[in-house]
Amino acid sequence: MFAAEAAESIVHASGWFLENAWLVPAFPAVSFLVILFFGKRFPKGGSEVGIAAVALSFVFAAAAGIQWIGQVNSAGEGAALGAVSSTWTWWVNGGIEFTIGTLVDGLAAVLMFVVTTVSLLVHVYSTDYVAGDRRYTHFFAFLSLFTAAMLFFVLSENTLQMIVGWELVGVCSFVLIGHWWEEKPNSDAALKAFFTNRVGDIGLLIGVAVLFFAAEGTFSVLELNKMAVSGEISHLALLVGACALLAAVMSKSGQFFLHTWLPDAMAGPTPVSALIHAATMVVAGVYLIARLYGVFFEGFSIAGSSVNLLAIVGGLTTLVGASLAFVQRDIKKVLAYSTISQLGYMVLALGVGAWTAAVFHLFTHAFFKACLFLGSGSVSHAVHSFDMKSDMGGLRRWMPHTFRTFVIASVALAGIPPLAGFWSKDEILAGTGGWGLAGGTGGNGAYLAMLIMGLATAALTAAYMTRCVYLTFFGEFRGHGTPHESGPRIVAPLWILAVLAIVAGWANLPKGFQLVPKGWTERFGHYAEPTADYFPVIAHATPSWTLAILSTVVALGGIAVAARYYFGRVRAESPAATEMGRGWTKRSRLAAAGHTLLAKKYYLDHLYTGIIAGGVKGPIARAAYKFNQDGIDRVVNAAGEKSVKAGHVVYDIIDQKVVDGVVNASGVAPHLAGEEMRRMQTGKVQSYAGIVFVAAALLALVFILVL
Amino acid sequence: MQAFLDDWGLTLLTFLPLFGALLVVAIPKADEQMQKAVALLSTLATATVAVLLLAWFDLDSAGSLQFVIDRSWIDVINSRYIMGIDGISLPLMLLTVLVVPLCVIYSFKHFPEPRNPKAFLALLLILETGMIGTFVAQDLILFFVFFEVVLLPMYFMIGVWGGENRRYAAIKFFLYTLFGSALMLVSFLALFFLSDGTLAGLAEANTFDMRALSGGATTAIARTSQMWIFAGMFLGFGVKVPIFPFHTWLPDAHTEAPTVGSVILAAVLLKLGTYGFVRVALPMLPEAAAAWAPVIGLLAVIGIIYGALGCLAQKDMKRLIAFSSVAHMGFVMLGIATMTDFGINAAVFGMVAHGLITGMLFFLAGSVKDRYHTLDMSRLGGLLVQAPKMGWILGFCAMASLGLPGLAGFWGEFPAILASYNPAGILSEAVFRTYMVIAAVGTVLAAGYLLWMLQKAAFGTPREEFADSPDVKDASKHEFWAWAPMLVLIVVLGFYPRLIHEASDPAVGESLVVNVGDNVYDCLDSEDGNECFDDLRAESARRSNG
Repeated sequence: MFAAEAAESIVHASGWFLENAWLVPAFPAVSFLVILFFGKRFPKGGSEVGIAAVALSFVFAAAAGIQWIGQVNSAGEGAALGAVSSTWTWWVNGGIEFTIGTLVDGLAAVLMFVVTTVSLLVHVYSTDYVAGDRRYTHFFAFLSLFTAAMLFFVLSENTLQMIVGWELVGVCSFVLIGHWWEEKPNSDAALKAFFTNRVGDIGLLIGVAVLFFAAEGTFSVLELNKMAVSGEISHLALLVGACALLAAVMSKSGQFFLHTWLPDAMAGPTPVSALIHAATMVVAGVYLIARLYGVFFEGFSIAGSSVNLLAIVGGLTTLVGASLAFVQRDIKKVLAYSTISQLGYMVLALGVGAWTAAVFHLFTHAFFKACLFLGSGSVSHAVHSFDMKSDMGGLRRWMPHTFRTFVIASVALAGIPPLAGFWSKDEILAGTGGWGLAGGTGGNGAYLAMLIMGLATAALTAAYMTRCVYLTFFGEFRGHGTPHESGPRIVAPLWILAVLAIVAGWANLPKGFQLVPKGWTERFGHYAEPTADYFPVIAHATPSWTLAILSTVVALGGIAVAARYYFGRVRAESPAATEMGRGWTKRSRLAAAGHTLLAKKYYLDHLYTGIIAGGVKGPIARAAYKFNQDGIDRVVNAAGEKSVKAGHVVYDIIDQKVVDGVVNASGVAPHLAGEEMRRMQTGKVQSYAGIVFVAAALLALVFILVL
Repeated sequence: MQAFLDDWGLTLLTFLPLFGALLVVAIPKADEQMQKAVALLSTLATATVAVLLLAWFDLDSAGSLQFVIDRSWIDVINSRYIMGIDGISLPLMLLTVLVVPLCVIYSFKHFPEPRNPKAFLALLLILETGMIGTFVAQDLILFFVFFEVVLLPMYFMIGVWGGENRRYAAIKFFLYTLFGSALMLVSFLALFFLSDGTLAGLAEANTFDMRALSGGATTAIARTSQMWIFAGMFLGFGVKVPIFPFHTWLPDAHTEAPTVGSVILAAVLLKLGTYGFVRVALPMLPEAAAAWAPVIGLLAVIGIIYGALGCLAQKDMKRLIAFSSVAHMGFVMLGIATMTDFGINAAVFGMVAHGLITGMLFFLAGSVKDRYHTLDMSRLGGLLVQAPKMGWILGFCAMASLGLPGLAGFWGEFPAILASYNPAGILSEAVFRTYMVIAAVGTVLAAGYLLWMLQKAAFGTPREEFADSPDVKDASKHEFWAWAPMLVLIVVLGFYPRLIHEASDPAVGESLVVNVGDNVYDCLDSEDGNECFDDLRAESARRSNG
């Protein structure tokens, strides 16, 4: 299991599907072009092309995953298995050849599986959800491009390739958020997402550049990690590189304080929210850390510490996201803030050295969060709104399938055993090593603060999901018309995801779990966590029954408090009520202030959009332009006018015949241009030209004599 | 074929358009069809010659000049008719012969008032000769002549077919550039008198031969003189690029120029300046270049931020694109200022990428103006509704222009940023790393102004005043064919940048590792560069006397 133990004997994995993994992104890439140019000629508007391509990708991804598992098994315990990398020359600069290629190991295989699975289900779901949309074909084209770009990113063999994939998914996100660009709020949201990510990208560009030179001129992921782990790169360079990359992670994976674009991104169609803004693209940042873990682990000195920037960012994000999820009326925004909060968990896990826990949480979260988003889409399909307070309530009667799958996924998210979220969250909490107060845990350090933040978020998560389920499915229906259950192409993906939300967690049962045979535990970590020399030596925390019970109690407590409020007191007041008529916020000024702070999203949007963006776009840009026109340009014009005056004087004095020769030389063209030109002040220009030429010649003479 | 191309290839390439211009002039004024056909055919013939040259170009020795012609020309000043291309000229030459035919095709349906296709096309062809000539000339006087030949046609293009304020813009363009050229000529003359051709293996001491001047003939020149000579060139090329603060002619020229004029201005003319740095200023005066590099880098990053801010303040779409050139050429200049083969290579790529992308943006702006009769962004909107193909192409070009990886713009921008992390050894790392961060911030602003432009022009619904306008149609056939090659190249180069690097990389390496041996390169890459250059000068002076 530990990299160091086996580092001396590295077995090189092989297999057709592993070596030809480039096909996995290639299918949807081709499908993008086909749909874009010929989509409208297909009977189903191109959606069938997209589904077929993603299905093929899914098969190839699954085959690659199975081959990888086979390779791990045949390598046997204790041997390190190297990643499969295939490369081609991409470009040449400064005599150095740069490669493009694929890199497949357990981590890449997991992501390929997640991306293709969720994408396939989202494709099927969308055929119903966006049926009759004004840009149906275009929608599917960009779903394909997104899938291709994400897979390209996941399979990247080097950091430069990662930048390409990273930005391409960003563009797809931009296009799909702004899918209904006729309305300004939608295009605003798309622009905001792109800008925010662009700000983070400064970090990406700088981080990649720093690491490139620190590693003596290589972009290769494997080389970078190896050199970071073996100490060939200075700690300072790793720290700077990791900090810069963290900025990129913060924007892409919605980490506090660059998370503000993610809730706005809900302006896009719901399947897009499920695929891009919950299950796959936003985990690109988490994946970046996991992929370059050698750099982050050494750069932030994660081992043997109790605090670092990565863990703090993750911890704060999980709390900020969870607290903001409480005050949303829009069901998708609840889920968006919940996504931010869960991404915070993953970054926190990586920050404390619980690598497998983070990747495992990424894996389980993809399924239950996609299920929740698609469920919210199903609901909005029925009530034509996302507003929980004014248009929902009591939907469980009309939408039994959506209701059941939504509740299953909510429980999974809340972290109640034995559903998926519990196992991955528990592993993160154990991985903090903060439980050390009550006995050794074998973590990488003693991250007590992270443990407390994680536990607090567990309670908050359980509570806000209870609120969300109550407002949507319980009480009295507050909308118009009669809601109806969605069709099979929507319900089937929901059930598949709900089943995955139940069982996915069993892929990595904790080590030493007494209720199952020994061979069943830690399968996910065994296959996913790299063992070769491109991965740092990390400690694996010992799971703890006490901690597991505590986190369950905390989550149940969160549910109980919220349930008491909503199912008890609010419903008692009136079945149609969404909150207490005389709640805290009405009685306590402190509570009211807190509510306002949350409702204004900690005033971050005000700061970014109003002050920073508005300032640059408004006064600063105008001042720069004024300087340009009234400053620099005035000098230029004045110089011009003065020269003309001087020119006239000189022109009158210098014999015209002397100038004439030069004038003729530059005067060939005017004869060609015909009548119009003759009307122009050609004579004037010629004389200017002449003057300048003569002046130049004189200057040259002086110049040469002086030097 | 090889022998023919060796003897005549470059001469033919350079003067075919001029010959075409003469033909066009000879055709009676009424016969417009004939004029168009002849103009198009002569640009296509030029392109054919270029393709033949490309086919016979030996990529394995892309670092050395090929198809070299060396004949006597003006003996009295020892200026010779020398032409040749290497991996740096090649991409730019190809860009030129690609863009001009596309401009001709586009102009068939878009002759701006006062029409007169005959004069317009003839000027276009003269321009082509000037541009190609600049990229292939290997003698400073020849280079200077071609460099100046482009001035007049462009002056007339702006002054005759331009917008309302055309006279002011045309004169400003002409005089500003001429002012720079004059100083440049002074520098060339100084080089002529101060250099020693015998150091580079020539028989005469005074020479304009660019091969000799960048091959060691300048190593004996005193440092102060080098500094002054470089300053002159800096102004000449810098005005053309344009580098902040010599850029103010550009927005006016672009805004007033007819569409085709703007396209050529952006796609090729600005590159004459940067090409001058790469081909003339740097290799001939590496020592002075290294001394000036921090200043150039500073002006480059100021340009990046300043140009972007200028864009954000614009209401006119075309003026916005014009200002964006200031920012983009800032990245090119930053790459050059690093004095590394990595950075200069990025700059060469950046020139081609900017030519394609900004050229396309000007085409689009022209077509938008044809349809809406305004470029005021507060009045535009809903292009995607009324002309979906054009709207998408605009979006695509905006993405390319903001440096999206996977499209051509990225490969000019990112490697330049990368290079400034690690400039040549003689330069200060701290200074250039600061530049790097500023340049990286510039990429955010670029996304800002381009996407705001896209939002205003393409998103939303059409304004009432244009909702039923019969002029607003989607891209026509002419437009489509004029654009398609550029759009395809933006994608192809974006995904396979090696196409350019394969030619430019060895050539850039060669231009730094001057023929005198690795000495100059070693000096540039050493922290005690100045002493190293002093030693080199002493050595050269000794050889020169002996």
